[in-house]
Amino acid sequence: MITCKEAVARLWAYLDRNIGRVQEDELEGHLGLCRHCCGELEFARQLRERLKRSGATTEIAPEVQVRLEALLARLGEREGRGERG
Amino acid sequence: MGGPAAVPEVKFEDVVRPHLAYLYALAVRLSGSRAGAEDLVQDTLLRAFRGFPRLRNRERPRLWLTRVLTNAYRDRVRAFRGTDPGDLSADEPFDLFDKIAEEDPFPYSDRVHLDFLDLFDDAKIIEVFQRLHPPYRVALILAYVYGFKAREIAEITRKPLGTVLTWLSRGRRQMERELWDYAVRNRLLISHQEARV
Repeated sequence: MITCKEAVARLWAYLDRNIGRVQEDELEGHLGLCRHCCGELEFARQLRERLKRSGATTEIAPEVQVRLEALLARLGEREGRGERG
Repeated sequence: MGGPAAVPEVKFEDVVRPHLAYLYALAVRLSGSRAGAEDLVQDTLLRAFRGFPRLRNRERPRLWLTRVLTNAYRDRVRAFRGTDPGDLSADEPFDLFDKIAEEDPFPYSDRVHLDFLDLFDDAKIIEVFQRLHPPYRVALILAYVYGFKAREIAEITRKPLGTVLTWLSRGRRQMERELWDYAVRNRLLISHQEARV
């Protein structure tokens, strides 16, 4: 069986689904027996979720949206005139 | 007759507008402020406008725009041009889980890892995240907040896949270290080692 150190080194790659079949089987075998590494896996999973959630709450303020839309419209007009750069 | 089919004219505005809110949110994550984000998105739109005729794969505008924005951000951040700090744990080995086991800040808990994470609300997580070396932070944001695969991040940053995987790995390690340091510095927990000094 792989050691805890080897298991921990693979946890994030495992969550990323970026790990070979054999390595995955070895890790899952270890996780089935090691409560400590299960805790670390759960920590890695939760931290990923927290990072993901932190990005979902950024809404664009209406006045910023207006300014960016206006820039986009000006660029659209320039494109219509065949200008670039 | 028999010549290449005409490529339908696609307007810059039509390609970019659906991604405006996404670009802004990504810019806030990268720059760490709303004021900086607006400036960064404006720069991105100007750069994208200039590069639009060269855009070969218009079926993946989100990836292309992400690359333009990431480049604009990179050009502003000195750390991208400086040397990589390398493996931050190489000189002073640090393992969060060893540290938790050694310091035992939650002696009666059977879920110590999650108890540690519970010390941080979302605002604190973001604050710690902003302290990461910028290339690591970019890779982690693209991977975990926006779900890009490592090979797509390599395409966006124009770096080899191995470099991106290294950024992700080192970024996670730095994040764990910064979380611990933040918790000790802000007295979210008592480090026995610190208490002995």
